[in-house]
Amino acid sequence: MDTLIEHWTARINEAANAGGKLAIRGGGSKSFYGGPENGEALDVGGYRGIVAYEPTELVVTARAGTPLAELAAALAEKGQWLAFEPPYFGPAATVGGMLASGLSGPRRQAVGAVRDFVLGVKLLNGLGEVLSFGGQVMKNVAGYDVPRLIAGSLGTLGVVLEVSLKVLPLPVAEKSLRFALDEAAALQKLNQWGGRPLPISASAWHDGILTLRLSGAAAAVAAAQRALAGEVLDDAEAAAFWSSLREQTHAFFAGNPPLWRLSLPSVAPPQALGPTLIEWGGAQRWLRAGDATAIRAAATQAGGHATLFRADDALKTAVGVFQPLTEPLARIHRNLKRAFDPQAVFNPGRLYPGL
Amino acid sequence: MSMEDTIADRRFSIDRATLIRRLREVLPVQALLAEEEEMRPYDCDGLTAYRQLPLLVALPEDEAQAQAVLKVCHQLQVPVVPRGAATGLSGGATPHPDGVLVSLAKLKRIIRVDPLSRTAVVQPGVRNLAVSEAAAPYGLYYAPDPSSQIACTIGGNVAENAGGVHCLKYGLTVHNVMRVRGLTIEGEIVEFGNAALDAAGYDLLALLNGSEGLLAMITEVTVKLTPKPELAQVVIASFDDVRKAGDAVASIIAAGIIPAGLEMMDKKAIHAVEPYVNAGYDMDAEAILLCESDGTPEEVAEEIGRMTAVLERSGAAGIRVSQNEAERLKFWAGRKAAFPAVGRLTPDYLCMDGTIPRKRLAEMLEAIAALSGKYALRCANVFHAGDGNLHPLIMYDANQPGELDRATAFGSEILELSVRFGGTITGEHGVGIEKILLMAEQFTEAEIGAFHRLKAAFDEHGLLNPGKGVPTLARCREYTQARAGTASPAPRL
Repeated sequence: MDTLIEHWTARINEAANAGGKLAIRGGGSKSFYGGPENGEALDVGGYRGIVAYEPTELVVTARAGTPLAELAAALAEKGQWLAFEPPYFGPAATVGGMLASGLSGPRRQAVGAVRDFVLGVKLLNGLGEVLSFGGQVMKNVAGYDVPRLIAGSLGTLGVVLEVSLKVLPLPVAEKSLRFALDEAAALQKLNQWGGRPLPISASAWHDGILTLRLSGAAAAVAAAQRALAGEVLDDAEAAAFWSSLREQTHAFFAGNPPLWRLSLPSVAPPQALGPTLIEWGGAQRWLRAGDATAIRAAATQAGGHATLFRADDALKTAVGVFQPLTEPLARIHRNLKRAFDPQAVFNPGRLYPGL
Repeated sequence: MSMEDTIADRRFSIDRATLIRRLREVLPVQALLAEEEEMRPYDCDGLTAYRQLPLLVALPEDEAQAQAVLKVCHQLQVPVVPRGAATGLSGGATPHPDGVLVSLAKLKRIIRVDPLSRTAVVQPGVRNLAVSEAAAPYGLYYAPDPSSQIACTIGGNVAENAGGVHCLKYGLTVHNVMRVRGLTIEGEIVEFGNAALDAAGYDLLALLNGSEGLLAMITEVTVKLTPKPELAQVVIASFDDVRKAGDAVASIIAAGIIPAGLEMMDKKAIHAVEPYVNAGYDMDAEAILLCESDGTPEEVAEEIGRMTAVLERSGAAGIRVSQNEAERLKFWAGRKAAFPAVGRLTPDYLCMDGTIPRKRLAEMLEAIAALSGKYALRCANVFHAGDGNLHPLIMYDANQPGELDRATAFGSEILELSVRFGGTITGEHGVGIEKILLMAEQFTEAEIGAFHRLKAAFDEHGLLNPGKGVPTLARCREYTQARAGTASPAPRL
């Protein structure tokens, strides 16, 4: 076994025996996300490198510490990419952190999330066992789908060692369009367009402007551009705009007010809770506001949930980062945690207090 | 050891009279079957080689009745086996001798189709195709299309994470289901997922997909609907060599094309199908590829051109492009009828479901041909080539002594080879009882142990569908020892 893994296994066992806690850390780019870090750092960024990549299989396998930028460059060389456009939130972002956070970028509305592209994981559980689930093929129903469970579990179930991901060809053509619309009209349009076979790959509404991105075959993009009209954006300007949403460098995300992420049915009406930026065809709504109780109630009422995405630790601790779970879901969460990490060594409190 | 034994690995001591009395209190009289002749139709699923009468059959008419059944069973510690349309091929719905088989066939209402949010809310007993039919007036459809889509139900699709011929582009069931409402073994109502694109906490929805009825009983499903493409066209390419056909599959992907469907059939399959449905397949070909493009007319024209060029470069002996919708459906009819067509040639057949990296397709076909000689059994091959998912159909006659054993050994060797090639023993049909022992081929004892703990997180006492999906550790050891100790690479299942 790899000496790094041996070393980590020893630390896990030691922590498990002594009631210790470990805070798993890759590049640290997403340490702001989730509950405050707690425990001794387990630095896994050194376990890196692409293990296997075969473009004709549409699959890449990489160690968890591989920088996302390194992976993206290797894929781009073969005209492929991670189609869910994972956010980096910093140059040190790693493949493991991408999986653990479960976050996806603007293209999620069209192609799916991280969890939809994960084919396999190798992980170290709380018993110090190295376990492999899933694999490197597109279809695999042998055993429970642990790889997708790991996506978004914030390191609470184990240390991710390796990830196999489905990759896709880069779109041949891309064009972004802009429309002046108020929030309600934009939501209406987004949902109507969503029911038509249009190559819409991203959407964003903010401050009276709806921006759409079309991606796909050149002919399809050109046809949709004609059908939808709208003001055409300069390609470089468009690329910068979508990147600023993915990386949250857009002016909307600047400043100190808490940032909430509302995940709602795309048809949910405007929420009128504060300054808003809408993505994913209406299904992801960013909000700058402070009243946690009102926000959580509104999200539940609309059929979704609200996450306190960026805030100081005091507020996170006071109101919780993620929407509270109802029984029996909370019980299943506790049981699953115990199934993977019986001594509760990994990332305590990162997802929910006590988990 | 045999696979029926694995179901009965855990026997339960049940007071049948008490159970009947308690269930009669919560179910209408017609919703509980206790006579052997009434229960006989429920003694197997699509894996017809293995039949077992349940202790009782319950046919709840709504969620409340299903909930009441679970509460009684949980209280009396009675195993429960959920069942949809029983089209599954791996024995996931094979009854337990001490358990209640709960058929969800009567929960068959389409609750709502919402064109604006592109979703449908349906009960688990709704047929796959019925969802697309209900969505059709809005220009929408439900994308996953398993071959059994006329009969199979959404509940069963979720339980098995069913696939189909359009998965590479449109995904599996897990990619097209937004929410599952269900019941825990305790009879509590639980919601996995929601009407948004994600839910708080662990992705339990993903876990439910493909869990083969071992984690919860499904009572309602919200599915994603997809806009129907304006146009679809299919190319048929015939090859005089399976290796060329296999390489053509890789070349299409390498060219940056994601076909809407990419299927392969070998000569035996073509010869089974063509006289049966007259799809227009080339009877001289060693293999054919069906390669579909969909989208706007401009997009399809562009993509068909690129596909055709790649197929020509790959040495296709003949290429035909469907010229209209009727012809496209005719070309597909052959592929969709492959199982019944093979069924006409043989009294019985076993359908395998391994998945391998695409680049090993040709190698696998050659290995299967060799095994066909070794076991003296015919085998026709139908592949979801785009996904590397193989469906070798092993033909046998159950009335000939030893043939079923030979067929299962043949199948086991194919699946062992799938694992060795870097793939899996099952791509879309599930483990059930059929492949339960082969799980030891793919997973270590530690991994099997993790699966058991995961199961216990939902179902502490192991009452939901016992003996399916994951073998006991004792069975794993037995299997591994048998593998190590025998000269023959394939133990009896």
